[in-house]
Amino acid sequence: MDNLIIKSHRATKEGFAEGLRIAGNNPKVIGLGADITASVGMNLFAEAFPERFFSFGIAEQNCIGVASGLALSEKIPVFSTYAVFSALRTTDQIRISVCYNKLHVIIGGAHAGVSVGPDGATHQALEDIAIMRSLPNITIISPCDATQTKLAIIAAIDNMNSPMYIRYGREAVPDFTIENQNFEIGKAQTMVEGNDLTIIATGHLVWEAIIAAGKLKDKGINARVINLHTIKPIDEEAIIKAARETGIIITAEEHQIQGGMGSAVAEVVVKEYPVPMDFIGMKSSFGESGKPEELLKKYGMTSDSIYKIAIENFSRKKSDQKL
Amino acid sequence: MNIILKTREELVLKSIEIRKDIISAIAEAGSGHTGGSLDLADIFTCLYFHILNHRPEEPNWENRDRMVLSIGHVAPVLYVTLAHAGYFPIEELKTLRKLGSRLQGHPGRDHGLPGLELSAGSLGQGLSVAVGMALANKIDKKDGYVYCILGDGELQEGSVWEAAMSAAHHKFNKLIALVDRNNCQIDGVTSDVMEIEPIIDKWKSFGWNVLSCDGHNHIEIIETFEKVKTTSDRPSVIIAKTIMGKGVRSIEGNYKWHGKAPSKEEALDFIEQIDNNG
Repeated sequence: MDNLIIKSHRATKEGFAEGLRIAGNNPKVIGLGADITASVGMNLFAEAFPERFFSFGIAEQNCIGVASGLALSEKIPVFSTYAVFSALRTTDQIRISVCYNKLHVIIGGAHAGVSVGPDGATHQALEDIAIMRSLPNITIISPCDATQTKLAIIAAIDNMNSPMYIRYGREAVPDFTIENQNFEIGKAQTMVEGNDLTIIATGHLVWEAIIAAGKLKDKGINARVINLHTIKPIDEEAIIKAARETGIIITAEEHQIQGGMGSAVAEVVVKEYPVPMDFIGMKSSFGESGKPEELLKKYGMTSDSIYKIAIENFSRKKSDQKL
Repeated sequence: MNIILKTREELVLKSIEIRKDIISAIAEAGSGHTGGSLDLADIFTCLYFHILNHRPEEPNWENRDRMVLSIGHVAPVLYVTLAHAGYFPIEELKTLRKLGSRLQGHPGRDHGLPGLELSAGSLGQGLSVAVGMALANKIDKKDGYVYCILGDGELQEGSVWEAAMSAAHHKFNKLIALVDRNNCQIDGVTSDVMEIEPIIDKWKSFGWNVLSCDGHNHIEIIETFEKVKTTSDRPSVIIAKTIMGKGVRSIEGNYKWHGKAPSKEEALDFIEQIDNNG
């Protein structure tokens, strides 16, 4: 992918807000709010289409059911709140009312990851991918920046007809992808070409992976960087190709290592083309209060940690080859 | 066209047929929820043969009334009633709970049975879905009603009250819930497991129009539904007093029959009792 230049720093929720405002021109789209409308990027839609935005209060389980009833009545409901609530508190409702009924309900998982910062562990969703990933019929998207989040919500509304979970964040992160990029749900994007090892990242850690790849290049290691924006259904072809061509895969996500995107990649790699792997993410711990950048550093989810793990694993690959 | 039964005698006879088929289907399956299915037979007869505006030959007709069964475990009464109403062949009832059947243990739309409005079985979800349907009807200015059948034990689920609060807030007057007040749940009598009284006061305080009726008196059931439809500013709930296992004297009011299936021998006896009670 070309044009790897930071255009600005923007929260992915801004992209969600803009995309929903655009896709909201479809009169079937109905927005459901759970008290934190502006905070999760539902505000532009709510302002533009007040007749199609409904407040349902701090009652997320009900919101998922209401969304299901709307979807069973030819509407396209969009419900978003913090991912700790929209995905975790409501898992049973998502499992039965949404997924078992195969409904086109769009669920936003806002404020994902430790980068929510000072609010602390209660509000830092680090388990949502693992739980959503185990549910049949759902599609999980975790876009890498604000521009891509905008395209993702538009695609989720316009091009899909199944349960959708879109994960995004609150903090400003580099916005570097272009409006007319080739974004297709289910199709991973190669951001940096390389054949020595592969870094598969999701969310804003894609940019961190790109920075890490730059540093690796200075050391003579050509790292491939893949943006796995769709975690389910997973792009097996891109993963198998990376395993075969680069022989080592490192995954990076702002989520628990257990059950997350890296686990999903490992399931493909182990079955189809086993190569050494390593995982960057939360190591089965809760987060804490702090500035986003402090937390990402403390819990090892920055370009520096990706670089370090990549170097360690690259030598592992070389020693394996000597055997 | 849907079959409309007008007289008490016709409705009573239909409920007897439905009860007998519920027993046959559950006995054939070897498992299933007998008690609640039997006690809802009169209410389902009234709904599908008198109250609902529906088209069995066109299950997805857009202006239909919607009937959301929140307590998916009483699927047998829904399936038997749908079959009698003409949604699918009565013959198919004997596939209940068997591999490959469209008649799943709890309703699953994915299996293609016509007439199912919702896949449900995890308690506390149906009323929220009904609220969503009522919202869609309101947005589209449709005249259809949304009905939702709840269990009394189900009222112990907190999410029911989230849904109740929201329906009143948005003034969905074309949403009508019905609570199957049989006072039984798996562990025992509802008041022992977890007291839900005062039910009427609870719903009233949540902003609902509340009426009660004898859930086994067809005329009273129909009149109560007609009465709540005159409400213009709030959702309504009917607390229908029922007897678990109604129609089979030997098990009536016995919570142990919540989730138990009769053996084939018992089924013959139960069917005879239903005939004698008619």
